[in-house]
Amino acid sequence: MSTAVDAPGSNFRLGMLIYDTRYRSLTIQVVFLALLIAFFVWLVDNTIHNLSLKGKDFDFGFLFVRAGYDINQTLVEYTNDSTHGRALVVGLLNTLFLAFLCCVLATIIGLIAGVLRLSKNWIVSRLMAIYIETVRNVPVVLWIVLVNAIMSISMPEPKEFRGENPSASMILFDSVAVTNRGVYLPEPLFEHGMGSLQLGYFSVSLNLLAILAVIIGSVWGYRRIQASATKVQHVTGVRPVTWWKSVLIITVPIVALKFALGFHLGYPELKGFNFNGGLQARNSLIAMWIALSVYSATYIAENVRAGVMAISRGQTEAALALGLRSGLALRLVVLPQALRLIVPPLISQYLSITKNTSLAIAVGYMDLRSTLGGITMNQTGREMESMLLLMGIYLTISLIISALMNVYNKSIALKER
Amino acid sequence: MADTAFVRDKMLAPQKAPSSEVGALRWMRENLFSGPLNTILTLAALYFVYVIVATIGPWLSRSVWNASTLQECRAIVEASFGEGKKGACFAVINERWQQIIFGFYPRDLYWRPTLTMVLMLVALGPVLFTWVPRKLLWFSFAFPAVAFWLLWGGTVWLPVAILLAFGVAYAAYRVLTPVNGLLGIVAAIIAPILYWLYLCAPLANVLETALPFGLRTLQSHEFGGFLLSSVIGVSGIAFSLPLGILLALGRQSDLFVVKTTCVAFIEGFRGVPLITLLFVASLLLNYFLPPGTEFDVILRVIIMVTIFSAAYMAEVVRGGLAALPRGQYEAADALGLDYWQAQRLIIMPQALKVSIPGIVGNFIGLFKDTTLVSFISLQDPLQLVASIRANQEWNGIYWELFIFVGLLFFAFCFPMSRYSMYLERKLKTDHR
Repeated sequence: MSTAVDAPGSNFRLGMLIYDTRYRSLTIQVVFLALLIAFFVWLVDNTIHNLSLKGKDFDFGFLFVRAGYDINQTLVEYTNDSTHGRALVVGLLNTLFLAFLCCVLATIIGLIAGVLRLSKNWIVSRLMAIYIETVRNVPVVLWIVLVNAIMSISMPEPKEFRGENPSASMILFDSVAVTNRGVYLPEPLFEHGMGSLQLGYFSVSLNLLAILAVIIGSVWGYRRIQASATKVQHVTGVRPVTWWKSVLIITVPIVALKFALGFHLGYPELKGFNFNGGLQARNSLIAMWIALSVYSATYIAENVRAGVMAISRGQTEAALALGLRSGLALRLVVLPQALRLIVPPLISQYLSITKNTSLAIAVGYMDLRSTLGGITMNQTGREMESMLLLMGIYLTISLIISALMNVYNKSIALKER
Repeated sequence: MADTAFVRDKMLAPQKAPSSEVGALRWMRENLFSGPLNTILTLAALYFVYVIVATIGPWLSRSVWNASTLQECRAIVEASFGEGKKGACFAVINERWQQIIFGFYPRDLYWRPTLTMVLMLVALGPVLFTWVPRKLLWFSFAFPAVAFWLLWGGTVWLPVAILLAFGVAYAAYRVLTPVNGLLGIVAAIIAPILYWLYLCAPLANVLETALPFGLRTLQSHEFGGFLLSSVIGVSGIAFSLPLGILLALGRQSDLFVVKTTCVAFIEGFRGVPLITLLFVASLLLNYFLPPGTEFDVILRVIIMVTIFSAAYMAEVVRGGLAALPRGQYEAADALGLDYWQAQRLIIMPQALKVSIPGIVGNFIGLFKDTTLVSFISLQDPLQLVASIRANQEWNGIYWELFIFVGLLFFAFCFPMSRYSMYLERKLKTDHR
């Protein structure tokens, strides 16, 4: 029999703060917190002191002052009489627009390259390996500057499109002109458009809203038709013929809207020394778009490859043994599993694309960094406010995307135990 | 036996396989033309290769290596290959390669960065490969001080005095541990800091007056080109891994305050583009420090790049930690190891092994990201390329320069990714 040891009394000694595991974690945290607070107090104190030495204050009022500079590519209305705040919004929208374009193109290229990299075809898979290894081992800034140089040096000047025997010609049925001043695209025009809706700070095109509403309505109608067909099938065992209804509900409203609004395309035309009409996508946008997409696509391709390779061959064989056709086996068995592995890194790739759009500084695309963290900052001399705001906005975008990713990850996580 | 019709009593000699089932023909049939889609792909790929070769081949074969302007280059090509022919003008590389690699480092001192590079390879040897003698690790340990002295110059005694701090720490630890274990550890941390703050500079001065020996001092703005990228990249790589591991451990920790701080740190720095951090380094850092603090610009950039990369590194290492089965932690506890022993002997070796691809990927990303320093007007290779292109003599040239710079980066990044694959294979212990 062992003698019972007396339970430790409540006699607290100072040494227990370090040697007793019950108190030690508390001690460490308190010391850590104190150091942390001291560090921040030191930083803030220095900042206040330095700001007052330079005679500056900390004030975001400059956002409501007239900006006085032009932005060459805007998605919303903007003149140099607008405020710095509005320039910020223009830059933010340009950033998001570029990020969206890059995400779409990078996904397409990445999927194709990833699948072809897995192909049994020796030449094709070698080519894709060379593409992936070359592009991702060279800095993205170099690709951006290179594409920009190609666009602005090697592409024909607008005047070369002129004359009986032009040395350059437009592509895609004479609708797109690639020049050294940018790419000219056809623009959508509405003969009897509905104007725009003033929403306080923004004006929203009613035409766009109408198109969106019709498309959403059509899709909703299509799903209703499918759902009711399924219901009938469950009751009677026979699926009614619905394809003509589906075709009608998808096409008729949008065609009707096209005629109602008088929709047509405005093609770019050569007038004088430059193209007129149509939309102009500047070289900076094209360079960012192509370079960033091609670069990020190599990462997406590797993710796709890893995802598909991780699904064991037995899964396909089991699906086939169950009697599924190969298309169904892919759709119901292989893809859901591969996507679980592909989508999370894909989304973090989107995140890094969004952050990489800030490299637009290399070619002068007017993104958030160039408006708020560039011209606005230099004009107002408010480095502190501009940089903090800039970082805050990027951080918010990142956190939103990560939050969406977490929701997605939760929804597809393996439900086990 | 008479009703047995026929029994073969001799084996037939084996026939040769049909010609379509052996050798190159079979390989081509199986790998290149196994179906209509595959055939189309093969033909398209072959056509693509043909177009590329037909475009680049002649351009490369007509390259000019000696000329002083782009016009002269084009004239030479047209003179030797006929009107309207185009050829590569590598004369620009021939003339400016030293600038792209060394920036504005004084020409007569090029031996210093070159020697540093060679020494770095020696120092990396024992870290990267196990067959290199282990004794060399001591040199790897001292290499940062050597490299600093060789690149920036100045008296040799300053790096020596800085390195002595480790001796001071060891001495403090040995003297005070017998008195009290905890006191020994605290002293080993505080003594070198005090030494650096108060004793280091005077000691170096004394030694310098007693035994003057040094190299010509260089300023940071004289650094440029690939040298600058390597300095920032290599220091970032060296510092970000330990910091990243600490952050990952902090994020896994049970201590609420530590954990929250680490999460905020990691997410905060991962959420913003590196370029904004570089702007902070060049514009705002002076606000955060006591008035009048002068801070070397390369050092500022290295700090920012390290912090940024460490945040990513922390997430990679966390992935490795999460992949470890719970039983490993419990086994370490059961053996009676304390926290740091368990991390050092059981957890980290396994977690780091799992995260090798991610870690090396991060290193490569960091190395490529060093090109961003051109936006805060440091003379990195891309900035130098831009200034060469703006030069009247070479205005309009771009392929040749970008190919050269691209190859420089490729020559660093590609071996890194191959090394990570080698390491993965070498450390693989499961036999699946």
